[in-house]
Amino acid sequence: MRPFDYVEPETLDEALALVAEDPEDSLVMAGGTSLVILMKQDLIRPARVIGLRKLSQLRAIDAADGLRLGALATHGALARSAAVRAHAAALARTFAAVATVRIREQATLGGNLAHADPAQDPPVTLLAMDATAVAMSKARARRIPLEALFVDVFETSLEPDELLLRVEVPPLPAGARGTFHKFLPTTRDDYATVAVAAVVAADANGLCTHARIALGGAGPVPLRAREAERSLLGRRLDDGAIREASALAAAATDPIADLRGSVAYKRAMAGVWTARALREVA
Amino acid sequence: MSEHRVRFTLNGAAIDVTVGAERLLVDLLRDDLGKTGTKDGCSVGVCGLCTVQVDGAPMSACLLLATQIDGTAVRTVEGLASPLQEAFITEGGFQCGICTSGQLMTADALLRARPGPTEAEVNDYMLGNLCRCTGYYGISRAIAKAAEAR
Repeated sequence: MRPFDYVEPETLDEALALVAEDPEDSLVMAGGTSLVILMKQDLIRPARVIGLRKLSQLRAIDAADGLRLGALATHGALARSAAVRAHAAALARTFAAVATVRIREQATLGGNLAHADPAQDPPVTLLAMDATAVAMSKARARRIPLEALFVDVFETSLEPDELLLRVEVPPLPAGARGTFHKFLPTTRDDYATVAVAAVVAADANGLCTHARIALGGAGPVPLRAREAERSLLGRRLDDGAIREASALAAAATDPIADLRGSVAYKRAMAGVWTARALREVA
Repeated sequence: MSEHRVRFTLNGAAIDVTVGAERLLVDLLRDDLGKTGTKDGCSVGVCGLCTVQVDGAPMSACLLLATQIDGTAVRTVEGLASPLQEAFITEGGFQCGICTSGQLMTADALLRARPGPTEAEVNDYMLGNLCRCTGYYGISRAIAKAAEAR
């Protein structure tokens, strides 16, 4: 690993001042699982690493008009959290599905989102649950709908002098049902070939009033399948509606070919797993 | 390169060292402190050979900067005293032995978090510790036996 300077701010104000003074050559580290690998492989060469681990207030996980998930909460803490499980079991299962227990104990929610790897799981379920990221710089705090956070592969809309503070998840619509599926044809600790999260709600007549379908590993950013969502509104979630929505979700994907499959295969699997998710929550 | 004073406990003993910012925990343990029971395998957090416990949680020592463990309690296989060790021997829980330290540290963290794990819970918790001799059945039997013994 190349030499670098390491600083550990004790307070949020100190951290914000540090990222503001030298934003281009500094990188922020939360858990460090991705950053340390990238530095070891010489893919990133920061002059300075700002370690956030002493900002313990950013570890908080609170149920308050939905959920407020601190950026430094680990995947393990989120998977175990009674508040997260009570809000949506599918969200807790999503965090529990990431990598291995070692990674889940070290890697954080904020690190996951700021890293912006399009194959990650948490953004998928958080997108389907209309989550908003809250970022802060010395000058201002800013709310970023999660969909607007992801710009491209490993690229977010965070400014160089901003820190991610937390993610807010609003209450789900009354009676909403959600699920998350991660298609893992090789090993359990792999990245998903495709992942899908679905949240739906229906009125007393069984007609769909709310639909969210989000996909991971299916494009340069985690994405919402909006046409598929719209196609379900006002309809009964029967086989025909699910088939149509699944085809629209598959068409919304823009995957790359890699060792997990060809473009056509991933697109087809996005359709298959969207249908399975929708049948489960219909 | 900045230098940092890192104070932590290693298997209960107080440690006070000064390291460069880029020093990894696995290198600090093996090269500076002589605790070579922790093995360095894939170096990218996948294989589980370097599993140690930080404040009781299993983590990859190859993915942690030494500075990150300042103020924590670190446990390595040298500090382990558990029915797991005897069970790994009697149940054939290792073959070549390179993965064994990591298997033990993860299994110990599991049994502390969940004293009577189901087979599915064992498999889920242990899936990140690879055994290239494929001795997984022996490892699972050893964990089940140690869970009974606790």
